[in-house]
Amino acid sequence: MSEYKIEIKSLYKIFGPNDKSMVDLVANGLGKQDLLDHHKHVLGLRDVNIGISANSINVIMGLSGSGKSTLIRHINRLIEPTVGQIIVDGKDVLAMAKEQIRDFRRFGASMVFQKFGLMPHRTVLENGMYGLNIQGVASGEAEKRAKHWLNRVGLSGFEDRFPAQLSGGMQQRVGLARALATDADILLMDEAFSALDPLIRADMQGILLDLQNELHKTIVFITHDLDEALRIGDDIAILRDGELIQKGSPQSIVLKPADDYVADFTKDVNRARVLTLNTLSHATGSKEGLPLNSDLSIEQAMQAMIESDHNLVTVMKENKPIGQVSLSDMVGAIAKPKTTDSGASNAYR
Amino acid sequence: MSFFTKFPEMERADLRDLKKGIDSSFKEFSRSWGESIEAFFDPLFYFLVKFEKLLLATPWPIIILIVAALSYLGSRSWKLSLGAAISFLLIGYLGMWNNTMSTVALISVATIICIAFGIPIGIAMSKSDRLQAIITPVLDIMQTIPIFVYLLPVVMLLGIGKVPGLIAVCVYAMPPIVRLTNLGLRLVDKEILEAADAFGSNYRQRLFRVQLPLALPNIFAGVNQTIMMALAMVVIASMIGVKGLGVPVLQSIQNQYLALGLMNGLAIVALAIIFDRVSQQYGKRLQRHREGGNDV
Ligand SMILES: Nc1ncnc2c1ncn2[C@@H]1O[C@H](COP(=O)(O)OP(=O)(O)OP(=O)(O)O)[C@@H](O)[C@H]1O
Ligand SMILES: [Mg+2]
Repeated sequence: MSEYKIEIKSLYKIFGPNDKSMVDLVANGLGKQDLLDHHKHVLGLRDVNIGISANSINVIMGLSGSGKSTLIRHINRLIEPTVGQIIVDGKDVLAMAKEQIRDFRRFGASMVFQKFGLMPHRTVLENGMYGLNIQGVASGEAEKRAKHWLNRVGLSGFEDRFPAQLSGGMQQRVGLARALATDADILLMDEAFSALDPLIRADMQGILLDLQNELHKTIVFITHDLDEALRIGDDIAILRDGELIQKGSPQSIVLKPADDYVADFTKDVNRARVLTLNTLSHATGSKEGLPLNSDLSIEQAMQAMIESDHNLVTVMKENKPIGQVSLSDMVGAIAKPKTTDSGASNAYR
Repeated sequence: MSFFTKFPEMERADLRDLKKGIDSSFKEFSRSWGESIEAFFDPLFYFLVKFEKLLLATPWPIIILIVAALSYLGSRSWKLSLGAAISFLLIGYLGMWNNTMSTVALISVATIICIAFGIPIGIAMSKSDRLQAIITPVLDIMQTIPIFVYLLPVVMLLGIGKVPGLIAVCVYAMPPIVRLTNLGLRLVDKEILEAADAFGSNYRQRLFRVQLPLALPNIFAGVNQTIMMALAMVVIASMIGVKGLGVPVLQSIQNQYLALGLMNGLAIVALAIIFDRVSQQYGKRLQRHREGGNDV
């Protein structure tokens, strides 16, 4: 079996009546605009190959219209691909019959929506129970489990309200509880926090990270906000016009943007906070300088260096020195990067 | 040049033959099928008769209690409930009790039939654009064709009486519930339906747990309109032998009895207002969850 929980292979999605006959044109390089102008079809995704690791938060980023929602909806087959393969736990999702797809959605993958997707005629508790009702869990048990998850997201005491009586942040907590209640391994989150105020949003990111520390779900998280991606992502993939441009750790995206599009995303980021000593460390054999843990951000390291009057750091991992970083290395890393040309090739790891 | 001044009509004799042909073949059809069609509607007839008899046999204080209770259950308003009770007392006092019971029976049975057929048709329509394109013009015809024109074949087939009257009422009153069921289901938020799908709902779960409840306010508006249109047909139905408040109204037109016509007309209006207010209040309560605020 593959090292990935979810694998997407050569996925194309073209919207329009003759989508299948357009694949060759698109594969041979016809652009999104030309496809629309000359063939009246919309390019959704072009040759996307991506592996999503288990037990981690995988962020998919891109501007509006880049195909993020289209991509995530292929994973539970809310959208049928034009061609391609989607493999979850070694099973081909596209080969599943209707009944199996339903079971996969009931037990295997649950979803959180940008506009919450709550059912206005159901109370908070009944919304939390929805997935369990569909699974066929007895109502007493379902109520117990839904209450547990509502409690976990901080909504105890609101069980009998209707969604319209809650603030946006609280509504999305209901959405999160509803998704967690089904116990699915996979959590699909399509711009789940984008509709929230910045403060509430940071709050929700915190809740998600806390839960993830304990639950270790495979989360696919869509956002167009880099700060959000860097805060919660273990891994970031970037889409443009339906194509996967770059995929890698948050550090590598910031440090080595594959092209100007990615560089544009990363230009306003606080690099000192994102980059860690680990990424800058180079082995020298020397043990001089202030010993600091490799997980520290550059910002934290600089703070420590100034306080102790050092200008060199020995990077420690599990109490062993693995290399050194100088103050000028740090300053260089914080300055804007050049784009690398090898970007396309690290799109698929 | 008489071609342009006189319309090039069909030959008189041909036209007469055509009409005769249609008439005689329909008569033929009704002679050979009339009885089995009547038999088909028999259960309807028994149901209507039984219900009417039940209403007439129930002591009037009990009926008034039931009216007041149902009004209260529907509207949660003491005023409305009291108003309904007083209207019924007045109706009885003015000698219109039996006719009112017949009309209530007719309207209730017609509404039940319209709901039983209209909602499933509306559901089917909401699923298929093609079906919608076929049924919509049929509904338009049902509502616009002069009532007497379709009354005629119904009477020829079934004679005059309760069942043809009931069918005429249903034909006229069914379209709103079909239309509003279809509309209500189509208006349900796509994102909510997507959420239902994403959690693995099957067709029935999606329909009964999400779509129908969210369409209910619209469906209910359809029920309300259906009741109103059925009431509007009461006088016309009495022309083909349906008992009820329509009969005295018809008599008063023929004999110029102003007071009789006015009283029975007002009794129909009173029924309409009670049905309308109660069902509207009930419909509003169905939408309570849409309101914000922390009052619950
Ligand atoms: N059902 C559809 N029919 C036709 N075109 C579609 C359809 N759904 C999406 N598209 C097109 O596919 C492209 C990708 O859309 P998608 O919704 O996946 O973008 P997105 O990255 O999620 O954008 P956003 O940030 O605005 O949500 C867009 O150009 C969009 O217009
Ligand atoms: Mg989207």
